[in-house]
Amino acid sequence: MLKRLMPLLAVILLAVGLAGTASAQLQVRVDEGIFKPTPIAIPDFQVTGTNTQLARQIAEVVRSDLASTGLFDMQNPASFIQRDLSINAEPRFADWKIIRTDALVVGAFEELPDGKLAVSFRLWDVYGGELMRINGEPGRRLTTTPENWRRIAHKIADSIYTRLTGEDPYFDTRIVYIAETGPKTERVKRLAIMDSDGANQQYLTSGRSTVLTPRFSPSSQEITYMSFEGGRPRVYLFNIETGRQELLGNFPGMTFAPRFGTDGQSVLLSQAQRGNTDIYIMNLRTRESRRLTDHPAIDTSPSMSPDGKSVVFNSDRGGTPQLYIMNTDGSQRACPSGGRDTACRITFGRGRYSTPVWSPRGDLIAFTKQEGGKFYIGVIGIDGKGERLLSESYLDEGPDWSPNGRVIVFFRESRPGAGPQLWSVDLSGRNERRVMTQTDASDPAWSPILQ
Amino acid sequence: MHILLKASAAAALLAATAACASRPPPVADPVTPPPVQETVTGTETVVTEPVQQSSITPGSLEDFRVNVGERVYFDLDQYRLDSDDQEILKRQAAWLNAYPNVRVLVAGNADERGTREYNLALGERRASAAKDYLVSLGVSASRIDTVSYGKERPIAGGSNEQSWAMNRNAWTQIVSGATS
Repeated sequence: MLKRLMPLLAVILLAVGLAGTASAQLQVRVDEGIFKPTPIAIPDFQVTGTNTQLARQIAEVVRSDLASTGLFDMQNPASFIQRDLSINAEPRFADWKIIRTDALVVGAFEELPDGKLAVSFRLWDVYGGELMRINGEPGRRLTTTPENWRRIAHKIADSIYTRLTGEDPYFDTRIVYIAETGPKTERVKRLAIMDSDGANQQYLTSGRSTVLTPRFSPSSQEITYMSFEGGRPRVYLFNIETGRQELLGNFPGMTFAPRFGTDGQSVLLSQAQRGNTDIYIMNLRTRESRRLTDHPAIDTSPSMSPDGKSVVFNSDRGGTPQLYIMNTDGSQRACPSGGRDTACRITFGRGRYSTPVWSPRGDLIAFTKQEGGKFYIGVIGIDGKGERLLSESYLDEGPDWSPNGRVIVFFRESRPGAGPQLWSVDLSGRNERRVMTQTDASDPAWSPILQ
Repeated sequence: MHILLKASAAAALLAATAACASRPPPVADPVTPPPVQETVTGTETVVTEPVQQSSITPGSLEDFRVNVGERVYFDLDQYRLDSDDQEILKRQAAWLNAYPNVRVLVAGNADERGTREYNLALGERRASAAKDYLVSLGVSASRIDTVSYGKERPIAGGSNEQSWAMNRNAWTQIVSGATS
């Protein structure tokens, strides 16, 4: 279809291209101090075929994804003036300026002879009066099976988000978490997974054994987590596609707090033996493990930097739980607070710091902070500077990053006795919102972008 | 008899819950319910005999639970054993030395006011502290397993100081070898 369109588009592009090469195109800023969401209009898609309802649902998911960022002001379809939009033609910009929308998405839905469906879309800069190319193309066309329709919607939303903000995408992802049911003293905890918007919730384990702290592989459809299977708390790998579960390593003590290394070829974890917890790294190919800390204090919750060279972790070697950074190879490093050491403390504020998670961008570490009877989710620079608290409640715990490093998901017990629920917050601290789950939920972990 | 025993254990737990301020007393001393007096016809008084301690089989799960005490409790963030804890562990060690076929699992627990992974480590510290003390009193280390449940298995479901104090414990549970 795109090919068929090309001659027409080329004409349009030539026309707007001549007029608009030098003008700055629409850009949505994610970090502005004074913030105003960008108005965007996403009318229902034009339909070839009979499944108007599915076409409408896809457009709705695109709108919902973009609205969830807090960066966009989604325009009400009832206000739209132009009702004869075509993906093959330039919109009447004047009609869209009247309703004061900055961006316009025009889409077309087709049912293909082989039973698949295809969605094409274009993004228009209304005030600039021009087409916004996506990855250098004048538009995109996505094809899939009907069951997979939500992924098409997420991919369209990702394209629009990335084109308008300059940020990497994150909608076409999944979140794994712990689904919790039953009374507090007999809690059932199951591994569960869902799309990033809460759709397609599935349980991956039966609940017979308590499971905790799942984390996604950055490179495969695998999860590492901790299970009390057989009465012994140990770290496992779980393949989402095959459902196969595998004990990781042959450690004599209890293993917990697992997290994949940046390349997905290793897992960092804690082992506790005879009352002492230290951090280890296991190579997933050779299955050899190496000890990273050797200290009588508790060392746990390791998380690797994106370049693989450093590990941030939680230790109470200073008397209370605080965050430390060490080199993955065990060598000494120059500490931001002065001197050289094998582990540099980076948190010196009041309170207790734990669950550090290195941002995929490398510059920040997210953490849980506990102070004065409250819990906070915050971020801090790797030099220990610039601490910012993003959320606060009776219990906020366990942050994890969206793969683009813009959004943090965590769990919250909003008041004493309330069950845990999943929440997300933008790195700016704005746009705190609930992520809906069927049951109480904790320990969310974000997948990489799906392939 | 079984029901009565359960009732007395429940009464002890209740007493422990009600009495504790920052640190609940362990379920330890032999609990003897007071006599119950019932007026039946208005003229005659029936006196129900108190449950005798001897009704508990020595070496049984009940014996350990009621006459020895299963749990020691910790202060916030701590894993140090104070003199009360040491008394209970001394009774446990003496009992375990008297019944050498018994194997136990010491489970370390933490309250909910900490993060999950740190609390797993803290629970392991507490379980190990209790185990080490039992071993120092002559119980073979091979008879004692440890596990940490972190904050995942509270015995008190409340979100208040009393419940948190109850949930910071090391709990010695008999796995096998008790007299039935």
